[in-house]
Amino acid sequence: MTQKLVIIGAGMASGRMLEELFELAPDTYDVTLFGAEPRGNYNRIMLSPVLAGEKCYDDIVTHDAKWYRGHNVNCRFGEAVVKIDRARKQVFSANGVTSYDKLVIATGSASFFIPVAGNDLPGVVGFRDLDDVTAMLTAAQTPAGKAVVIGGGLLGLEAAAALNERGMQVTVLHLMGHLMDRQLDPAAGYLLQQELQSRGIQVVCKAHTKAILGTDQVEAVLMEDGTVHGADLVVMAAGIRPEVRLANDAGLHVERGIVVDDTLLTSDPDVFALGECVEHDRTVYGLVAPLFDMAKVLAQTLMGRPAGFIAPAVSTKLKVTGVDLFSVGDFAEGPEREEIVFRDPGRGIYKRIILRDNQIIGTVMYGDTADSSWLFSKLKSGEDISDIRDTLIFGPAFPVGAPTDPLATIAALPDDAEICGCNGVCKGAIVTAIGKGATDLAALKATTKASASCGSCTGLVEKVLASTLGDTFVIPTAQPICGCTDMTHEDLRRMIKSQRLKTMPAVMQECGWKTSCGCHSCRPALNFYLLAEWPLDYADDAQSRFVNERNHANIQKDGTYSVLPRMWGGMTTPDELRAIADAADKYDVPAVKVTGGQRIDLLGVKKEDLPHMWADLNEAGMVSGHAYSKGLRTVKTCVGTDFCRFGTQDSTGLGIKLEKLLWGSWTPHKVKLAVSGCPRNCAEATCKDLGIICVESGFEISVGGAAGMELKQTEALAKVATEQEAIELTAAFIQLYREHARYLDRAYKWVAKVGLDWVKERVVEDLAERAALCDRFELSQSVYRKDPWAEQATPAFQRDKWSALADLTLEAAE
Amino acid sequence: MRTWIDIADLSDIPKRGARVVKTALGCVAIFRTDDDRVYAIDDTCPHKQGPLSEGIVHGASVTCPLHNWVFDLETGMAQGEDVGQVATFDIQVLNGRIMLDASRLAARSAA
Repeated sequence: MTQKLVIIGAGMASGRMLEELFELAPDTYDVTLFGAEPRGNYNRIMLSPVLAGEKCYDDIVTHDAKWYRGHNVNCRFGEAVVKIDRARKQVFSANGVTSYDKLVIATGSASFFIPVAGNDLPGVVGFRDLDDVTAMLTAAQTPAGKAVVIGGGLLGLEAAAALNERGMQVTVLHLMGHLMDRQLDPAAGYLLQQELQSRGIQVVCKAHTKAILGTDQVEAVLMEDGTVHGADLVVMAAGIRPEVRLANDAGLHVERGIVVDDTLLTSDPDVFALGECVEHDRTVYGLVAPLFDMAKVLAQTLMGRPAGFIAPAVSTKLKVTGVDLFSVGDFAEGPEREEIVFRDPGRGIYKRIILRDNQIIGTVMYGDTADSSWLFSKLKSGEDISDIRDTLIFGPAFPVGAPTDPLATIAALPDDAEICGCNGVCKGAIVTAIGKGATDLAALKATTKASASCGSCTGLVEKVLASTLGDTFVIPTAQPICGCTDMTHEDLRRMIKSQRLKTMPAVMQECGWKTSCGCHSCRPALNFYLLAEWPLDYADDAQSRFVNERNHANIQKDGTYSVLPRMWGGMTTPDELRAIADAADKYDVPAVKVTGGQRIDLLGVKKEDLPHMWADLNEAGMVSGHAYSKGLRTVKTCVGTDFCRFGTQDSTGLGIKLEKLLWGSWTPHKVKLAVSGCPRNCAEATCKDLGIICVESGFEISVGGAAGMELKQTEALAKVATEQEAIELTAAFIQLYREHARYLDRAYKWVAKVGLDWVKERVVEDLAERAALCDRFELSQSVYRKDPWAEQATPAFQRDKWSALADLTLEAAE
Repeated sequence: MRTWIDIADLSDIPKRGARVVKTALGCVAIFRTDDDRVYAIDDTCPHKQGPLSEGIVHGASVTCPLHNWVFDLETGMAQGEDVGQVATFDIQVLNGRIMLDASRLAARSAA
């Protein structure tokens, strides 16, 4: 007797499964197919092209009612199953009860609607089926309509690109740091974002949605930071959830999806599950290739043949016209893994191959995916690639043989080949200049301007030098910032400014980083360069900071910290002293020390006590002394005219004004100032980064002193008549140092490199430049002049980050 | 026999960051890489006992905050010129929850 097979869900997975089944044995089962949608099976992957207007519904139908009828399938489209009775082996739907011998659940998945107020307003749609697409197309007819897509994954970006094609103003809100974070690494995500933005799509990463606003219809999306994005349409593409309600109600084993074994059998011996609703080996699938593999296995299983589902390698391509992107396998960094990275910033190409034991285990490609299938096949076959490793990244077309000599390529260039794009300098002009005696890079920059702007052609210019001069020329080895790149600190600063690079992935892409996320040397430097250049745009990255700056306290040899509140100009009060003494008592501080910078240090504080201690000190009106930062430390002062019989000016007052101006600013290295009230110099101003000595006729400002590993006296910068001028010169000097010094160069080292005259020209003589430097400093301080203790001591700021993640001392002792 | 215990949510640790779990025999550092891999190693640097959980995380390595020794999070081996190793522990992420193998911790306290 023919067995009764009931299938719930008429999607792509069950469609393919029936195809396979009818191929094997057309008459084994009497099939009933339920589908919630009032139509047959269509290719859901092609919904994006339908939305974009590149295809219509008829193009994407795979199994229509006629096909099912032809195979004697009893189709129940538009009829949702509401209940499964496993004991009686029956399913319930609107039109009654249907019995089964074998049941297949293929209910697929539903769009995950992020749980915020307003997510049920009309105009908020998912992106799973044709009805969603119809709703979006209707909204797209609104003149100058605005769409917000929540989720910058595969589906969200396809929707965004299509709606943009349809003429809507589209904003993509993505929770993570870069687009398609499950498929792409940050570098490729950055290139993708550039491309979408160039099409007029606004992309916001790290976007936290707070609520969806509107009364009868969606009107806007409100973000956690208060930003509001107007919206006539909101597309939820923040992920999918396996549709497991029926299975759950029926008491089947369900985790994230319906749990199945290798034969697609659920916890009931007569019930199978298939497609996006299942969980196999702790994995849930959302791409079509593995679902088709499942379909094949289930058809075999239903025929009683042995078959097992093996999780396949899944590759991703984005279906957006004009965007070439490919990712497959495991592209994370890890031990015992090696990577081959190719970047061509000019053409926006990025390729990365991840190897383990000489096999390809993952690939990410952007901009040029011509070799993706070749690499994918190598990944799937797991073949040893040691022999072709050198040329692997160039693809199968790369000629086998000795690598070509790069100098020969340069020598072969015609004279009119452009070398420096910024200044339009051709090879011929450079060769002529070399003939006239410009035989090094500096001389060439001075005479031809080649590589004098953005600097990205420096390597090319050097090669022209080498090929023209032959053996007499040795390329000077400029010290790169670290092993992650060939660029020097100066190159990087120039690139960040000239190419307007505002994120770390952007810098790493454009400057050819050889690692995917840098190292402990380059990341803190990049973090500083970015925040110094783009104070308003760049968000400080705590994870790229050294422990002291991340925890806002100085780590000690035993892992405890020191806490040091600011004492403006070295002045304090009995109340402040009492609060410090109370804090020392309350938190059992083992050592209290007066520092050389005229303040009081509490040493030996436990990490978990830090925010509490800060809150107590804040309560008494004190803020962080930044005794741990590459930033302003102290302004040391003497008592000046207030008490001293020799004092000529109010040195304490000026010191406090300077400290209030400069505190919180980040600098390439620490910055210490001092103001002395007379030439007796009790504040020791002449060994500071900047020192001021007050005299009867005004203020003598000197810079570039040191009293650490090296001992150096300051050199005179200028003498000014008024306190206001002294303050302006100080701010301008600090800003010039921020903009030009190498990370971790103290001011004296930087001044020695650029020359004191160069500094004087900008800070002292050029009044317009001085004012501009002060303005830029103030702009940056509008962001950074704040107390990090107050910010981080609040419960809202992850107060729990300071404590242990878990305490297992009891468990471990058992 | 492994005994997986639920420690915390993956989101409790910042990307390229770490937090510690206290055990009877000192802290174990739980790391989360930029691409959401999770590793557990002894929190104590064998050089001068620096807290590795406070180091800068790059790729699948961490740099000790005290004297810049770099450790491979997978093997616990010191990298480059430095010689040393820290203990590693089995750890996994299940449905967004971090699960640590407590049997190794117990074995350690018994030893």
